[in-house]
Amino acid sequence: MRVEVDVPKCVASGQCVMIAPDVFDQRDEDGMVVLLDEKPGAELHDDVRESAMICPAAAIRVVEEA
Amino acid sequence: MTETLAETTPHSDEPIPAYPMPRASGCPFDPPPAAQALHDELPVAKVRMWDGSTPWLVTRYGDGRALLADPRVSSQSTLPGFPHPNAGFRENAERRRSFIAMDDPEHARIRRMVTAPFAIKRVEALRPSIQKITDELIDGMLAGPNSADLVSALALPLPSLVICTLLGVPYEDHEFFQEKSSLMINRYSSAEDMIGASDALTDYLDELIGVKLAEPADDMLSELATRVGSGELTRREAASMGVLLLIAGHETTANMIALGTVALLENPDQLAVLRETDDPKVVAKAVEELLRYLTIVHNGRGRVALEDIEVGDATIRAGDGIIIYTGTGNRDPELFPEPDRLDIGRDARRHMAFGFGVHQCLGQPLARVELQVVYGTLYRRIPTLRLATGAGQLPYKHDGLVYGVYELPVTWDA
Ligand code: HEM
Ligand code: SF4
Repeated sequence: MRVEVDVPKCVASGQCVMIAPDVFDQRDEDGMVVLLDEKPGAELHDDVRESAMICPAAAIRVVEEA
Repeated sequence: MTETLAETTPHSDEPIPAYPMPRASGCPFDPPPAAQALHDELPVAKVRMWDGSTPWLVTRYGDGRALLADPRVSSQSTLPGFPHPNAGFRENAERRRSFIAMDDPEHARIRRMVTAPFAIKRVEALRPSIQKITDELIDGMLAGPNSADLVSALALPLPSLVICTLLGVPYEDHEFFQEKSSLMINRYSSAEDMIGASDALTDYLDELIGVKLAEPADDMLSELATRVGSGELTRREAASMGVLLLIAGHETTANMIALGTVALLENPDQLAVLRETDDPKVVAKAVEELLRYLTIVHNGRGRVALEDIEVGDATIRAGDGIIIYTGTGNRDPELFPEPDRLDIGRDARRHMAFGFGVHQCLGQPLARVELQVVYGTLYRRIPTLRLATGAGQLPYKHDGLVYGVYELPVTWDA
């Protein structure tokens, strides 16, 4: 799995940070998303998919790789 | 049987139902039956407002979520066709604009000026002080007689104290701003009262920003004052943002605390789980479920279509008003099996109680921590907490734009 974030779309809802804090964080200056781990381990995949689903701004993209 | 049902489905020549719809008596937590019927039979339907206008009511989760995230759908309340809850809102749309009523890119530019303090880490850092305030308010309850109005003893003061500290608003002015706020979010406020309250609050925040310009402190109004100083915002715009943050920051959480407590007391098995746990994950899940189940922003979200939009079988035309009705969306059985049951063990995170799309609640991390602290503390510290009247006799805010109870008389074993 590869994760991409589209920072300009982010609205700083914090939802992804709540669900997958090992993968997502927020910038200090404006709360915009920061990607911590673009290739998260398998144990985090469900949380990352859920973050992408819940993100209100469609700012998270998950590319499933074989 | 299904055929007869299909024939009784509302047709376009039938009278358009009045909106908002009343809840069923005896069912204070469930969406109105008429809205539920539209959800089941005609999920994109015209409804009639107080002023005779006929926006679309969108009652299903998937349609609502798609529209709230659709850039062809506008939040600008100054556009003709926007479904205003009353005359005061309509008249005030031009007078006092805040970013909740703007579209991107303007909305994003302004929202980003105030996002930093609501980031998860910043809000988590406030948890100990939110816990301390909660404990002190409960100490106050326990020091008095073994009964209280939970709204004035805990539900309202807690979020008010927190947002005052964040913004830099003196808490001693709480009677003033709580009274004006409640006038602004009452459906039946006259246009005069509503605009009077809005102007009074805007003047009050304007004055505070003046104070912060002269003597900056470590708070959000001082940050806004700095942006006024640098010309990024006018003073009136900054005051207007302050009004939005002050109202949204206390009324909503207060209603969740009080109404959530009523719902839990009416579901003692669920309350028992909270009373007996010290696992923050259990409490956090319960918060999401109560947000879903109660959907206190209960009159939906108003929008206007900027272009023609197909939704299911309906075509929403450019210029039409839209109300995305999250109350029934949050009871969608496909996402939330047995949706009318309060089940604090379920995964309710996909609810739309905070909205969806770019306007999704800015204060949600703060609201969550406040609710986690209260739900995780109150029932453990007062295990015999109960209603002093029947749940049917409580003064529910049917007339409020945010649902809840005006008073919550509770008692406990001394
Ligand atoms: C449980 C409590 C709360 C609920 C249920 C709630 C609900 C909502 C909803 C449904 C919206 C979406 C508006 C729309 O789509 O047009 C919203 C927006 C907003 N909320 Fe909350 N809210 C809560 C607490 C708070 C708190 C504590 C604050 C703190 C300041 C806050 C500040 C805001 C602001 C500023 C917006 C406008 C965001 C924008 O337009 O970009 N809310 N809220
Ligand atoms: S969930 Fe989406 S909008 Fe919210 S902080 Fe993460 S990326 Fe930003």
